[in-house]
Amino acid sequence: MEKIGAGLETELRLGLPGGGGGGGGCEVEKNEKKRVFSEFCGEGEGKVAENKIEVVGWPPVAAYRRKNSGRFSGGGKMYVKVSMDGAPFLRKIDLSMHEGYSELVNALEQLFGCFGNIGETGEALKEEDECAYVPIYEDKDEDWMLLGDVPWQMFSETCKRLRIMKREDAANGFGLHAKDLLKGLSNED
Amino acid sequence: MCLFRDMMSYFPEEVLEHVFDFLTSHRDRNAVSLVCKSWYSLERFSREKVFIGNCYAVNPERLIARFPRVRSLTLKGKPHFADFNLVPHDWGGDVYPWIEAMTKNGINLEELRLKRMLVSDESLELLAKSFPNFKSLVLVSCEGFTTDGLAAIASNCRFLRELDLQENEVDDRKGHWLSCFPDSCTSLVSLNFACLKGEVNVAALERLVARCHNLRSLRVNHAVPLEALQKILVKAPQINDLGTGSFVHDPDSETSKKMKNTLENCKSVRSLSGFLDVNPHCLPAVYPICTDLTSLNLSYAPGIYSNELIKLICHCKKLERLWILDTIGDKGLGAVASTCKELQELRVFPSDLYGADNAAAVTEEGLVSISAGCPKLNSLLYFCQQMTNAALITVAKNCPNFIRFRLCTLNPVIPDAVTNLPLDEGFGAIVQSCKGLKRLSVSGRLTDQVFLYIGMYAEQLEMLSIAFAGDSDKGMLYVLNGCKKLKKLEIRDSPFGNAALLSDMGKYETMRSLWMSSCEVTYGACKTLAEKMPTLNVEIINEGEDQVEASSSPDARHRVEKMYLYRTLVGPRRDAPDFVWTL
Repeated sequence: MEKIGAGLETELRLGLPGGGGGGGGCEVEKNEKKRVFSEFCGEGEGKVAENKIEVVGWPPVAAYRRKNSGRFSGGGKMYVKVSMDGAPFLRKIDLSMHEGYSELVNALEQLFGCFGNIGETGEALKEEDECAYVPIYEDKDEDWMLLGDVPWQMFSETCKRLRIMKREDAANGFGLHAKDLLKGLSNED
Repeated sequence: MCLFRDMMSYFPEEVLEHVFDFLTSHRDRNAVSLVCKSWYSLERFSREKVFIGNCYAVNPERLIARFPRVRSLTLKGKPHFADFNLVPHDWGGDVYPWIEAMTKNGINLEELRLKRMLVSDESLELLAKSFPNFKSLVLVSCEGFTTDGLAAIASNCRFLRELDLQENEVDDRKGHWLSCFPDSCTSLVSLNFACLKGEVNVAALERLVARCHNLRSLRVNHAVPLEALQKILVKAPQINDLGTGSFVHDPDSETSKKMKNTLENCKSVRSLSGFLDVNPHCLPAVYPICTDLTSLNLSYAPGIYSNELIKLICHCKKLERLWILDTIGDKGLGAVASTCKELQELRVFPSDLYGADNAAAVTEEGLVSISAGCPKLNSLLYFCQQMTNAALITVAKNCPNFIRFRLCTLNPVIPDAVTNLPLDEGFGAIVQSCKGLKRLSVSGRLTDQVFLYIGMYAEQLEMLSIAFAGDSDKGMLYVLNGCKKLKKLEIRDSPFGNAALLSDMGKYETMRSLWMSSCEVTYGACKTLAEKMPTLNVEIINEGEDQVEASSSPDARHRVEKMYLYRTLVGPRRDAPDFVWTL
């Protein structure tokens, strides 16, 4: 059930048509020149498997249309709250207006006026990174997750709210917790 | 020839010019200009409308030199596959040099129509300030400008008749560009800003509409609510093309009733679109205008289900053009087939691009119903869950008049849903039956056989789009050898390579362009082609994972990820960004 995030190009291959008889679904061709959808292996009758592959530019719907049709059932808008550490009030952003993490981070930077300061995805926690902030989100299970680990579509369906956290807080997250713990312990002594 | 010339010289130039006036198509005019030198000369001085299908095939200087009296210019920039994110944003197609050159040479520009071009605010400002008689700006799928540029147009173009923005990416600066139309502006005939994302000054819009008595076409954006639109329409009952914004209200409210009454009074509306946000229960308000409607576009209307669509469409007996989402379902298409006997163009777009809800999609059944019920159908764009050869064969028999036939299976390599065979025979039937076919997009599992059919039968074909199809170079060769009128060929993810590319290099001079991405052509072959054909620009787009160091020359055997070649009169373009190499 692989789902590759939008924006990553899959290696696509076509299988030869089944010679008359069954099993026409998909025979993976070893020939390097052929292209076959290995993931679309049919189940006997060659029915399309439930899992879909996201391929760059397929189906060929214009980028404008993709962004502007309600893509998700119910009409499309997916406003979530965004808080930024240090900002006096929260904002809201429509996730359905974006197609990927880079776009989202750009939009967040514009929203809060902190250009170049929000780390993109997992890279943000590296020491070398200059970005002052790390983007995290709260998912359906009420866990706080780092942005960027899962494919975009999965993220936009499970994200309930966003937080732009100061990097120091993110890096010291555990440290802080441990210090408190130690303080607590020493007080109890 | 001598006799002919003598005969023609009996006609004074004015008469010939007058005759040429009746030639509206640029192709006819091009043909006329080839007859003889004097006709060439006469024609070029009298041509007012110029169409340039690839902005890099010529340059502004040549345009102006040949057609000094040009008043209307149409330009197209990026290749078609740019729509599907296959071309980087800064690839090119900047309109600025064109506008600048026309300004410097005293061209009396009145109309500019651009598609897939880069349009900056500076360009719009220069345009607005340089051409006192400027009347019409049409931008389709362009980007690079903001509402500031629109403000410049509104403020400065005193005789503006048409501002038509279709599906552009516009940065909305939330300025009051609409308020920039001065009170003296009364000339607007067509105003379409549906693609803008931001707020507009609704009061200013109302005043603008009220004073433009010739307004025929109005398409508003999402930010114009139903109440506001109702008030605006009261001032413009003569309108014949309406694009609503947000069509959401309590259907039992006074406002909704007023809207229904107002629409009843708009007896000239023939084209309806918008519903960028919609409460389906408000749709009955538009029933009064459905009776005479010839064009309906609900493809941007979210969340209207099959039953409500059917109810609406049952009122539209005169429909000629329908753009809709696949939420209509096969059943809904059946209703269209029973009701819309005049239908000529149908586009069914996918409502759910990520496959979560397959139930919404349409299948071959819907298409077959349409073909049976709508014999005048000549243009199709159909995104479907599945297809069969039998269905396509039936469609081909029912509708031999297709000019445009574009089929997109959501799974690009899906075989016939019943037999599991490739869809070669189905598409073969289409090209054999539809002798006037000019544009074709194929999809589903396809072997070289389908291309044999296309090469054999598609004599009028001008544009062909291929994706994930074919087995070998033979496929591409069938097309290149067979389709004599081919102008644009675009191919992605198909096993066509150097042998096909290089077999008939002269062919590309008869075509506008060729796009090949994720195929089997190599750097060496592209270089060979470029060397042998100086009238072609062979461009490689070099980016992403495939990126090769600029300093090193890639191995000749290195596969090229994206190649775009086109004929040109002016050699390699000078504005190519770093990642575009002209070989």
